[in-house]
Amino acid sequence: MSTRPPHKHGHEYDHEHSELGEMDLRVRALESVLTEKGYVDPAALDALIDTYQTRIGPRNGARVVARAWVDAEFREWLRRDASAAIASLGYGGRQGEHMVAVENTASEHNLVVCTLCSCYPWPVLGLPPTWYKSAPYRSRAVSDPRGVLADFGVTLPETTAIRVWDSTAEVRYLVIPERPPGTEGLGETELAELVGRDSMIGTGVARRP
Amino acid sequence: MSYTTHADLGGQPGHGPVRPEPEGELFHAAWELRVLALTLAMGATGSWNIDMSRAARETLPDYAASSYYEIWFEALQRLVEERGLASAAEIASGHMRTSPRPVARVLRGADVAAVLARGSPTERSATSPARFAQGARVRMRCDVPRHHTRLPAYVRGRAGVIGRLHGTHVFADANALGLGEQPQWLYNVVFDEAELWPGRAPQGLKVSVDAWEPYLEVA
Repeated sequence: MSTRPPHKHGHEYDHEHSELGEMDLRVRALESVLTEKGYVDPAALDALIDTYQTRIGPRNGARVVARAWVDAEFREWLRRDASAAIASLGYGGRQGEHMVAVENTASEHNLVVCTLCSCYPWPVLGLPPTWYKSAPYRSRAVSDPRGVLADFGVTLPETTAIRVWDSTAEVRYLVIPERPPGTEGLGETELAELVGRDSMIGTGVARRP
Repeated sequence: MSYTTHADLGGQPGHGPVRPEPEGELFHAAWELRVLALTLAMGATGSWNIDMSRAARETLPDYAASSYYEIWFEALQRLVEERGLASAAEIASGHMRTSPRPVARVLRGADVAAVLARGSPTERSATSPARFAQGARVRMRCDVPRHHTRLPAYVRGRAGVIGRLHGTHVFADANALGLGEQPQWLYNVVFDEAELWPGRAPQGLKVSVDAWEPYLEVA
């Protein structure tokens, strides 16, 4: 165990002197055997953890959305070939090999789920949050999406249709939320700050400035 | 041989409300990160494919009672044991007792960025024309296969419309069984809520799944 996660507030696992739980011990034992047998390079584990903890996360997707808001040509490219358009900003690879961007409008709201496991567009959103992988979300997103949105404090007009994308194969979906009103004068960087992770899954909307 | 998945949750009642969490909150214990990294590193050895790992996870007897990273851990341990890479006794003790088995490759720290950037694309060149065109009406097969599949129960037997063609992709069902990639046309199939949830108050909802051609019949 050569790395420790960086500190985050309010989490049990930051108590450096707390006793190790059963899962800590079991995982540590498995890691020891796999490393001792030479199947796993400890430096690879460190690099993987560093990548998904600090390098790849929803700020990537927010940059894609902000670019789509300001650049009509890029938006058109996203519609035509999202994998290539997103790759042009430097994001791609594992769990984002085949991307489709779906755009919210005043008349249609998109929501993404994986009812069978936890498929999620890693290169643009990072690893999925716990709720995305949970039974409540996976069961209800396809049958009661308005109820799910209510759990997130989001209410859409009844006239807005809801389109749910169940990621049952290796295609990954990124929601392009609507650009909020009052953002005409903002640049791409400021716009990206309005784009939260949930708005790119469809369980939220972009923030107003 | 029977096959029971515990992961097919779409439309199931009784799971309660979703509990949102802030954007930065992904892990709830340090071991979860280690399990993630171990799973990716062991996946890179080529000892199994992603569909085999999904099959190993969804058939765990304790699936419903386990957290997601507990599921990943149990499935990883199961795959390692089944492939003879390490025994249950070795895993429990944390010490090697028998010599390692050869694996196709070992992911080195220096190669992680390049390997992740490359990913594992599943699209293959089409060798036959697509059977269905955009807008075609199709019905999902209703037989329940006795192996891993990506056709969720809530759409089985239901009629929908082809929304998009995604090209030809590695067929999960065959890949999970170790029968090779057997690439098939993959479609986005769109369903009306009345077809999926008859009798319920409408929400203005359409739902789509991505489905390989063998899952589809002419409606």
